[in-house]
Amino acid sequence: MMHPIRKQRLILIVSVVLSVAIAVGLILYALRSNISLFYTPSQVAQGETRPGQVFRLGGMVQKGSVQHGQGLAVRFVLTDFHHAIAVTYTGLLPDLFREGQGVVVQGQLEGGVLLAQEVLAKHDENYRPK
Amino acid sequence: MMGALVLPELGHFSLILAFIFSIYQMGVGGVAARCGLSAHKQLAYLLLTSVYGQVFFLILSYLALTYAFLTHDFSVSYVAAHAHTRLPWPYRLSAVWSAHEGSLLLWVTLLGGWSAAFLCYARTRIPLAIQGSIVMVLGVLSVGFISFLLFTSNPFLRLLPEPPLEGQGLNPLLQDPGLAIHPPMLYMGYVGFALAFAVAVAALLRGKFDGVWVQWLKPWVMLAWSFLTLGITLGSWWAYRVLGWGGWWFWDPVENAALLPWLAATALFHSLIMVEKRHAFKIWVLLLAILTFCLSLLGTFLVRSGVLISVHAFASDPLRGAYLLKFLMTVVCLALLLFAWRSPLLVTRQVFHFLSKETFLLINNIILFVLMISVLFATLYPLFLDVLGMGKISVGPPYFNAVFIPLFLLLVIAMCIGPCCHWQKTRPGQLIKQLRWPICLAVMVTVVIKLGLPPLPWLKIIALFLSLTLAFTTVFISTQRRRLGMMLAHMGVAVCALGIILSTSLQTQRELSMRPGDSIAVGGHQFEFMNVHAVEGENYEGVAADFRVYHGLQTLGLLSPEKRHYFSSQNGISQAAISSNLFRDLYIVLGEPLEKNNWAVRIYNKPYVRFIWLGGLLMMLGGLISLSSKK
Repeated sequence: MMHPIRKQRLILIVSVVLSVAIAVGLILYALRSNISLFYTPSQVAQGETRPGQVFRLGGMVQKGSVQHGQGLAVRFVLTDFHHAIAVTYTGLLPDLFREGQGVVVQGQLEGGVLLAQEVLAKHDENYRPK
Repeated sequence: MMGALVLPELGHFSLILAFIFSIYQMGVGGVAARCGLSAHKQLAYLLLTSVYGQVFFLILSYLALTYAFLTHDFSVSYVAAHAHTRLPWPYRLSAVWSAHEGSLLLWVTLLGGWSAAFLCYARTRIPLAIQGSIVMVLGVLSVGFISFLLFTSNPFLRLLPEPPLEGQGLNPLLQDPGLAIHPPMLYMGYVGFALAFAVAVAALLRGKFDGVWVQWLKPWVMLAWSFLTLGITLGSWWAYRVLGWGGWWFWDPVENAALLPWLAATALFHSLIMVEKRHAFKIWVLLLAILTFCLSLLGTFLVRSGVLISVHAFASDPLRGAYLLKFLMTVVCLALLLFAWRSPLLVTRQVFHFLSKETFLLINNIILFVLMISVLFATLYPLFLDVLGMGKISVGPPYFNAVFIPLFLLLVIAMCIGPCCHWQKTRPGQLIKQLRWPICLAVMVTVVIKLGLPPLPWLKIIALFLSLTLAFTTVFISTQRRRLGMMLAHMGVAVCALGIILSTSLQTQRELSMRPGDSIAVGGHQFEFMNVHAVEGENYEGVAADFRVYHGLQTLGLLSPEKRHYFSSQNGISQAAISSNLFRDLYIVLGEPLEKNNWAVRIYNKPYVRFIWLGGLLMMLGGLISLSSKK
C-alpha cells in the first residue's frame, strides 16, 4: 500500500497531466479546422488563397456596386483601392453595411466571385479596414 | 454661468486630489503594515481618512462629469464627443461610461468605493497591520489607474474658448436600457476582484493565510462574482436584443474578456471552501485570487486598448494600450514573483480519499482552469500571430464550441456528484442511493423530450440528460442540506444549459423578402405583414413595419420592428421587435427596403431562449444568498 500522501499526490499529478493532455488535444484539434484566415482583395487577386478554402475578406464596399437580385440575393464589390473582388450573398445585410463602408465577409471563391456565407460590419462607425 | 463653466475644472481638481490621496493611502498602508500588531488608534484613523478622502474626491469628480453630460456642457471634449442635445436624459447618464475616459473614471471610482466598503468591514474584524497591507496594495492599484486616467485619458479636457454648439452623439447601439446598466455591473465585478488580489498579496507578504483570512475574503469574492455574473447576463441580453442577429453569445474577444475572470473567480470561491473547511489548497487559492484580478485587468486592456477588432470594441485608442499593457505586465509580474518567493511558506498537506468532496472540488477547479486557459489561448492567439506578422486569422465559434462543450459537460457531471459527497470519504453505496432517483427521473424526462421533438444529435441528447440530472440532483440535495445559495447557483447552471440546448435545437428562422399583405408561418406561428408607417422618437426618425401574429386562430397582437435613423449618426439601425414569454421568443428584424415595396425581413421563433438569462440571474441570486447566510 502506497503512503496516502504519495498516493494523493500521484492522483493529483495524473489528473492534472491527463486534463492538460485532453485540453491540448482538443485545442489543437479544434484550432486546426476552425481558423479562418483574413485576406485583403489584393492578396486574393495575387492568388494567395487555395481553391475551395473558406476565408475572410475585408475591404470597402465599392460605391455604386451594390445590386439587389431576386429575393434577398445581393451582389457587391469589395475593394482595397488596388484590387477588387465581386461578392454574392443571400440574406439580410447588417445595419452598418453601406457603400463606402468597411465590411468583412466570410466565404469561398468560385470563378473569381466570393460566395459569402456571412457578412460582418463593424459597430464602430469610424472603423476602417487595415 | 460662470459656475457652470468652472464645474468641470472642479472635477479635474478633485481627480488630482484623489490621486494625491491614493499616494497617501499607499504610504499610510505601508506604515500600518510595518508597525506590527500593536494597535495605534491614530494610524487606524489616518488609514480611514486616506481611503475615505480618496473615494470622496473620486465621487465628486464623477459627479462633475455626470453634471457636464446632463447639462450638455460641450466645452468638455469628452462630452462633446459622446453626447447630443437631443439625447434622452437616462442615456445622458449612461453616456458617462460609454467610452474610454468615462469608463475608466467609473473604474477608479468603483475601486475607491470597494476599498472604502472593505475598510468599513475590516475596521472591527481585521488586525490593523493586516488592514494596512491590504490597503497599501489597493493604494498601489489606485495610483496606477488614476495616473493613467490623469496623464493619458483625462475626461475633463476642455474645448475652450469656443465650445462646439452640438455634440457628436452617442452610438445608437449603446442607447439601450440593457447596455446602460451592463458596464457598471461588469466593472463592479472586475474591480471587486481587486480586493481578492489585495488580500492574496497581503497574505503572501505576511506569510500567513488561514481560515480567518478566508472568512474575510469569501464574502467579497462572492459579491464581486455576483456582479460579474449579472454584468455578463445583461451583456448577453443586450447583444441578443440590439445586434439583431438573435444570438446571445458570439465568442467575441470582448465577451471572452468578461468570461475569463468569471471562470477564474468561480474556481476561486469553490477552492476557498476547501481552505475554509479542510485547510487545503491554500497556495492554489492565492494563485487563483491573483489570476482572477489579472484577468480582469487583461479584460480592461483588451476592451480599452484597441488591439482587438471586435464587434463590441467601441471607441478605442492603441496609444493608451501601451500604458495599460505596461501596468498590466508590472502587476502580473510583481504578483507572480511575490507568489513564487513567498508561497512555499504556506504549503499544507491534506489526505483525502478519491471519492470525496475534496476530489470533486479539485475536478471543478481543474476543469474551470482548463476552460479558462483554452479561452484565453484562443483569444490571444490571433493577436500574437498579428503582432508577429504571421497573418491575420480569427478563431470563431466552432473552435470554442468544440473545446467548451465537452469540458462543460464533464463539469456538469462533477456538479451532479460532488455536492452529494462527504468530506474526506464517501461510500459508493451512499452515493448511488442519493443519485439513483434523480438519474431515473432525468432518463424518463429525456426520453419523453426525445420522443416529442424532432431528431436531435446525440451530443445534445447527452447534454440534455446531464443538465436534467443536475437540476434534479440539486433539488434532491436541497431537501437534505440547507444550502440555498449553492442550490440556486447550481440550478442556474442547469437552467442556463437547458436554455442553450433547447433554444439551439428548436429554433426556427426565416429570411425573406415580404411586402404588406404577405403572410408567413414560422415555427407554428403565422406572421402577417400589415403595413409600413413612419415613426419618430426624441432623437431619431424611421419606419416601422406592423406584423400581426397568430397562433392557430388566436391573435397574439402586433409586433413592430423598426428601422431607425438617429440624427447624430449616418447609419440606419434596426430595432428588433420581440414578443416573449418564459417558453418562447418571437423575434422580427426589419432589413433594408427592396424594390416594389418589398422589405427584407428576418423572423425567428426561439423556444426556451429566456432560460439562458434566467439561469444567469439564478446564479447571481445564489451568490448573493450564500453571502448573506455566511454572516
